[in-house]
Amino acid sequence: MHAIEKILARAAGHDYVSTGEIVKVKVDFAEVNDLYLQTIYSFYEIGGKKVWDKDKLCFVFDHYAPTPTIKAAQNHKEMRKFVEEQGLTHHFDVNAGVCHQVMPEAGVVWPGMILVATDSHTTTHGAFGAFGTGVGATDMAIIMISGEIWFRVPEIINIEINGKPQFGVMAKDVILHILGKLGSDVAVYKAIEFTGTYVEELDVSERMVICNMAVEMGAKTSYMKPNQKVLDYVKGRTEKNFDILETDSDFVYTENYIFDINELTPQVAMPHSVDNVVSIEFAPKIKINQALIGTCTGGRIDDIAMAVKILKGKKINSSTRLIIIPASKEVFLKATQLGYIEELIKAGATFSSPGCGPCLGAHEGILAPGEVCVTASNRNFPGRMGSPEALIYLGSPATVAASALKGELVDPRFSLKEAYNNETNIR
Amino acid sequence: MKLILGKAFKYGNNIDTDQIYPGRYLDMVDVKEIAKHCMEGVDEMFVTNSKPGDIIVGGKNFGCGSSREHAVITLINAEVGAIVAESFGRIFYRNAINLGLPVLVCPDITKKIKTGDILELNILEGHIFNKTDGNLIKGEKISDYIMEIIENGGIKPLFKKITSNKD
Repeated sequence: MHAIEKILARAAGHDYVSTGEIVKVKVDFAEVNDLYLQTIYSFYEIGGKKVWDKDKLCFVFDHYAPTPTIKAAQNHKEMRKFVEEQGLTHHFDVNAGVCHQVMPEAGVVWPGMILVATDSHTTTHGAFGAFGTGVGATDMAIIMISGEIWFRVPEIINIEINGKPQFGVMAKDVILHILGKLGSDVAVYKAIEFTGTYVEELDVSERMVICNMAVEMGAKTSYMKPNQKVLDYVKGRTEKNFDILETDSDFVYTENYIFDINELTPQVAMPHSVDNVVSIEFAPKIKINQALIGTCTGGRIDDIAMAVKILKGKKINSSTRLIIIPASKEVFLKATQLGYIEELIKAGATFSSPGCGPCLGAHEGILAPGEVCVTASNRNFPGRMGSPEALIYLGSPATVAASALKGELVDPRFSLKEAYNNETNIR
Repeated sequence: MKLILGKAFKYGNNIDTDQIYPGRYLDMVDVKEIAKHCMEGVDEMFVTNSKPGDIIVGGKNFGCGSSREHAVITLINAEVGAIVAESFGRIFYRNAINLGLPVLVCPDITKKIKTGDILELNILEGHIFNKTDGNLIKGEKISDYIMEIIENGGIKPLFKKITSNKD
């Protein structure tokens, strides 16, 4: 069996599961975000009174943090009431950040667990060796009552990534490249494991970027075998005892793909599809109106540090606005302590409070018709960030920062080299 | 389960949930309001042009993207009869089944019908009869587990039935 199958088997109370089988599993932790007041209505509609376990369910207010409309405010108000009435142990209000950053930080994510959230990017937690998957409001309402959900045991695809990325090439470039090659529906109903020498060495935040975008290939869940960096991260945040479930040596993947990233250059997904990917050398030198660094994909401390590397002591292009949204309160605080915020404000950045920001077109930087945005977030569907006539280019935080500096879509390696040379000259 | 009869509205591959229901309306809770924006991101005239029971035909990966259940809620309340697509985004498919929106997987369907064709769907058999050109198209049969949910009118009635049996 694969580690993913062993996780499902254990959660279902079975010794063995096989592909295609439908199993009912116990959920270790469930999260509802603030788009889903419907979960509470459905909970009561189907006979819910008390949630199955007050320690294992939380709400995260991230999509509308803080609220932009009266309707959203009303939704938050009703959710807060529910959280209070049910006495939930964990609650993350508008000051917390994006759920996929906040939950690992809070120590509710660990290897081998089943994590279900009302958000498609729950595949992120494969970075920790967890089975993370997104569901809709109705599935969640049933979990809130029963603590259980049914899953079809998925086929598992192996994506092996080998090599070391060049200077200025980030995890986002790696996953965009893979998406471009394999397409946005390669893993529909399936699970993806990422393996290879690149993955073995990878930091926690970069692992999260890759697993986060697995859902853009249609994946139900993603998995990376936890490395020492993950274990150190998780053990520093939870008292929970866990073990690492190993994939059996005779396990056969349904598909295998191998990527060598030694020669990879920065990648960009062009409008209007996540798999419409080109190397930066072939991207149009288009003028940009807005640049975004933030979200569950590109708002971690490494991402902000990269922006600082490029923008320190400089000014962004006067016709471009750069919006930076730290993924969580913890990230925001660390960036403040490290002096990053000051550097970036001086460079001309606009900061918003931790949350999803304009990624899904709700607020804090919605695009007008004809505007062009380059973003470190995860989707460039038509209308995703506002007007369906806006153009969204997905890239790494380095590409976004360098493009904000130049006012057009550019290769960040030149800006990085420039910054590096300046620093050496000063010394 | 009775046959579903309606006019086809054909769209392309990767019709994502932002196109089915744009993010700027996600704070809405009233289903009548939600229904007004059905398919707005891909076809602003859909709500005006479609009639109850009409059938949306999509290419690959219909409903990919976000987990938003609004995408299914808007389709149901705009009284869309069913969705036939070459494949579905996983969370959308699950949400559709849970809420009782008929969905049918049919390879190459976008090559076999055109917008305006009158279709008759037999969800139990996985059959699509194109009344306009007289062709019978075979889609995929639904698994027993999912059929049980559909036959009970969605997961909510089924869950209530199971839990009341326990008491």
